[in-house]
Order: sequence, then C-alpha cells, then structure tokens
Amino acid sequence: MKAFTEITSTFLPLDRSNVDTDAIIPQQYLKSVKRTGFGVNLFDNWRYKDPGVLGQDHSKRRLSDDFVLNKKQYQGAKILLARENFGCGSSREHAVWSILDYGFNVVIAPSFADIFRSNCYKNGLLPIALSTSEIDYLFEHVNTNPNYKCNINLDSQTITDENNKSFSFQIDEFRKYCLVNGFDEIDLTLQHEDKIKDYESKLKQTSPWLFSAK
Amino acid sequence: MQNKTLYDKVWQNHVVHERDDGMSLLYIDRHLVHEVTSPQAFEGLRLANRDIWRKDSILATVDHNIPTTDRSVGIDDVISKTQVDTLDQNCKDFSLVHFPMLDVRQGIVHVIGPEQGASLPGMTIVCGDSHTSTHGALGALAFGIGTSEVEHVLATQCLLMKKSKNMLIQVNGECASGVTAKDIILAIIGKLGTAGANGHTIEFAGSAIRALSVEGRMTVCNMSIEAGGRAGMIAVDDATLEYIAGRPFSPKDKNWDLAVAQWRTLNTDEGANFNSTIEIDANELQPQVTWGTSPEMVVGIDGAVPSNITADQQRALKYMELQPGTPIEEIKLDKVFIGSCTNSRIEDLREAANVIQDRKLAENIKLAMVVPGSGLIKQQAEQEGLDEVFKAAGFEWREPGCSMCLGMNADQLEPGERCASTSNRNFEGRQGKGGRTHLVSPAMAAAAAVHGHFVDVRRYL
Repeated sequence: MKAFTEITSTFLPLDRSNVDTDAIIPQQYLKSVKRTGFGVNLFDNWRYKDPGVLGQDHSKRRLSDDFVLNKKQYQGAKILLARENFGCGSSREHAVWSILDYGFNVVIAPSFADIFRSNCYKNGLLPIALSTSEIDYLFEHVNTNPNYKCNINLDSQTITDENNKSFSFQIDEFRKYCLVNGFDEIDLTLQHEDKIKDYESKLKQTSPWLFSAK
Repeated sequence: MQNKTLYDKVWQNHVVHERDDGMSLLYIDRHLVHEVTSPQAFEGLRLANRDIWRKDSILATVDHNIPTTDRSVGIDDVISKTQVDTLDQNCKDFSLVHFPMLDVRQGIVHVIGPEQGASLPGMTIVCGDSHTSTHGALGALAFGIGTSEVEHVLATQCLLMKKSKNMLIQVNGECASGVTAKDIILAIIGKLGTAGANGHTIEFAGSAIRALSVEGRMTVCNMSIEAGGRAGMIAVDDATLEYIAGRPFSPKDKNWDLAVAQWRTLNTDEGANFNSTIEIDANELQPQVTWGTSPEMVVGIDGAVPSNITADQQRALKYMELQPGTPIEEIKLDKVFIGSCTNSRIEDLREAANVIQDRKLAENIKLAMVVPGSGLIKQQAEQEGLDEVFKAAGFEWREPGCSMCLGMNADQLEPGERCASTSNRNFEGRQGKGGRTHLVSPAMAAAAAVHGHFVDVRRYL
C-alpha cells in the first residue's frame, strides 16, 4: 500500500448524502478480475448520458455536463467532499479502487458507512469525518471559489486552508500507523502467527465440530 | 462478571489478541466466497506467495454474475464467463469446497450457507458481500468485508477490527396476517434511517422476532446493512436448533450435543448494556413499499409519497418520476422480481404462490420472474408444484442466483422501467441504468403482479 502523509489540493464538491457504492461504481464494472482501471467509470451513471460496459472506449461516450465531476473548474481535485453516510450499501472495494484510480486521495464527509471506511484504510484512501458545520464551511468556500485549497496533514491530523483556518480530525491510532507507513496488514497480522495457532488448537478442543465440516 | 449482550459474547469468544490501541485480532470460523469480490484476493495471495490458512473454513459458490436462464449452454457474456471460470480455477488450485454453476447445491451465498448447515450459531462468518449480515439470524456474528479483507482472512484466518457498539431493536407485539419479516425490517429502516446503525451491531429481539421462522429472521438480519449495521443478530432458541439439525455441514452425534450446550448460552444476559435501544410496535405495522432511491424512503401501503420533502428526497422523486402526495396504490408497474438473498427462500416462494394461485399477471406487466435462492429450493418448490402456479400466472421460473437484485447478469430493468422487487436496494441504477425499484415483500410483489399496481395484500388473506 502507498504511504499517505500529506497533500495540498482543491476539492470536488459532491453535495449529496447517502452516496452509495452502486453510484460510485455500477455493477457491470464489477465483472473485472483486476484491481485497476476503474477510475474512468467512477460515478458512471451520473457522469455519462449513455450506458457503458466494461472494456469499451469510454472517451466516446456522451458526458452529463451538469454533473460536478465533469465541470472544468474542479478538474485535478484530490479531495472529494460529500455529505452524510458516504459509501453506504454494497461492500464492493471497487468503489475505493475507482476513487483512487480517478485521482482522489482523501474523502471528507460528516460520516461514512462502516465497510466503505474500512476498505479505504486498506488502500491508502484517507476518509475524514468532520462535523456538519465544518463540512458546511468547506462547501461554502469551494462553491464560492473552486480554487480554494487545503493542506491535509495526517501526522498532525489537521486540515488547514489558505487563510490558516484549521480543523482537526480523528483517526484510530492503528489506522494512522498503517497509512503513514504504507503497511501491509497481512504482514502485521502474521507477526501473531503463534497466537492464532494457539487460539486454533484451543478451539479444536472446545468446539471440534468447527473443524469436522465435510 | 459483567452482563453481556449476544454480540459481546460471540466477539469475546473470537478475540485472538487485543492490541493496546484497541484493535483486536478476531478469529473467523467460516468464510463464504463468490466470484465477484474474490479474484483480486486470490491474485494478491499468489503475488505475495502466501497459502490459504484454513481451507476447510471456506465454502465457495457462484451467484452474482451467472445467467438464470438455461445453463446447459454455458455463459454467453465472455467477461462474466472469465470471472466465473476464475473462481472455478481458484477453488481447484487451492482445493476448496465449491458449488459450481451446474451443481444442484449452487445458489445465493447467503441462502446456501444456512441451507447447508455451514453457517452455525456462535460462529464468526464473513463474505465479500454486505448482506452477510443474513447469517446473524442463527446467532452468529456475520458481516460483509471488502476484497482486501477477503485476502486477509484467506491468509491469516483473522481480521483486524475494533469492536462496534451494541444496539437493541425490540419488536414487540404481533404482526397482522400479510405483514411479514420484510415489512418489519423495512419499517425499522424507515424509522432508523440508512445510517442509523452505523458503527453498531444490531440485536433484533421481542415477541414479533421470536414468532418469525428462521427464514424470516434471515430476511430481517439481511437488511441490517440497509440501516447501517454491518451485522445483525438474533438469539438462539428452539426454532434455531430445529432449523440446523440434520443439515449436511451441521454437527452430528456427540458433537451435536456439545454444540447445543454451547449454543444455548447464545443470548443476551438480563441487564446487559446496549448503547441504544429502539422499540417498534408490530401491531401497528402495515405492508411496506419504498417510494424513493434509498431504503429509508418507505411508507405503509395505506400511505402516499410524502409531500413535505428535503432536497435529497426531491432528487429521488425526480429519478423515480413520482409526484409528492401520490397514493402508493396508484403506482403502476412494468416488471416484478421475486428473488435475492433477502426473499428467495422456500417460504417466500410459498407466500407469493399463495397470492398468485389461479390468477394471471396484469396486462401492463411486461415481465415477472421468480428466481429461487438455490438449486435445492428450486427443487423443493417444484416438488410442491409452486413452479406450475407461477408459470400458469405468466411468471418466468428461473435458475438460482442474485439476478435482478443487482443486474450484473442479463436480468435488468430498461431505463424508465418500474419494478416491484423483493430485493434489498432501491438505489439509482441498481437494477439497471435508469430503472426504478420499489422494495416490497414477496406477497406484496405477487399481488402487484396480478393488479399491475401496488395493492394491500391483506385484502387477499
């Protein structure tokens, strides 16, 4: 996993709540057996007028000009700004892969769905939850000035804008440790290999039926 | 010792190691695998040169991306076929138990786990699918995971997680005839909202839950995720044990007695602490119908599309092409889908067939289909003659799979089409780009198929 330390970027303001993972990456693209190439289909149903299929040339499709992702002024943004319960619904990790592949590194919202947030951490996408009033503040500034930028520093857990207005955010110590170092969680878990084996041998004694399945 | 909830008990039984920072290494007993969210995990294992920790914990099948029409001819869609073949090959390479497309035991992963006795009380059960919460109906801690976590479980038999909070949803009273498990959970989501249980494991309790069959309990737990709860659980009782006994993977003989002794403890202690408690009165519930693009946008059949609405709700109504104030019974339909991990079990099919019996599809219904949850359910339904009831009414009788719940295969809505669906999500585009989904119970879907618009199924009973 790529390490995350800090970025400075403009925002993409997606002013919707309950953005579900079906909207982030529709079902037909889940037929892929790869982890890459999903960026071009991020928000596919909102972004394109005509339906698409996996593997086609998406540059030939008609864009929905009024969808915020297609607006010139927000191109290049690395921070996705949204409303409550971002990433709800399906557990598809393709949602996180598509957001990263498109070029975002951070999603800021008042709240996230549990599985989506967990998937973010495994891939180096930073989900930041702020209060509704802080989110309102950011939307107001981005809507007034698309070039509005913030610096996001994971080490100090702060978001700071050009006027030195600053917000702090919470993150689990362990998640931060993994993100900052770009650690592979499987390696970390396998450091406890002996403990897992001990647990398993006790389980075989107390609950033998768990091991005698056909 | 402190009084514990059902969730506390199952969680604590599975903690291998607790870190100082509050993260726990949680042992996973059962890992269900399907074709869509696993290929990248197997690829990751190979790239890192890792083997699978415990192969006997895994049960694999294909469900999301397979045709529900005649399968003897194989899969037309080359991309879908590649994904299905990839799972077949991975299971072969790693020697995993797998029910491939032509196996009679194949079906929707959340239907076949319990059906096979592979999902048991007290287990931790995971799958790369958010509706894994279904298995909590058996007193298991079951939740959906992403593909990186699938790989993590394959490689280590564990997950790194933080314990969530406890929420109790108490459904008191008794449901009227025609008000089903689906109506209970839709009403709960309507009350709680789709983010209401974020960060919580839900326990469903109360007389109306106890009165449900185990299949009905699965319907309730299945949609925990639509209220934001990654897991939903129901305490073990006699009905649970009766359901499990004698299934292919269930413990036998001495192991059965040993297991039952442990499973009998799988309930919440008197006085245990919940972070929040919600009460629902089952006596007041009506059959439910969703009108918007989020499962929380739901109302009783006597009701109407709400008039006083937020910006998000306005966007939903525009997508659904509905006017505020429209009575639910006036909403006309194009298609009807009976199936999905929420409502494709034998009692769902019986309830729908009971309404359909000796009736025909309304003229405006272009397609109505029944997709059983597994090959064994299909077989059982055919033995009971349910397939003939559906076919005589004009329904299509299909092969088992996820089908139009998410439209990954050819079973999709066309833009603008409106569907009464027994599935779990009415998101924009869920059943096909531009498609409009109304979530209902199997009996309500059947009644809507006959009339061409929603009607109160209680009038039939």
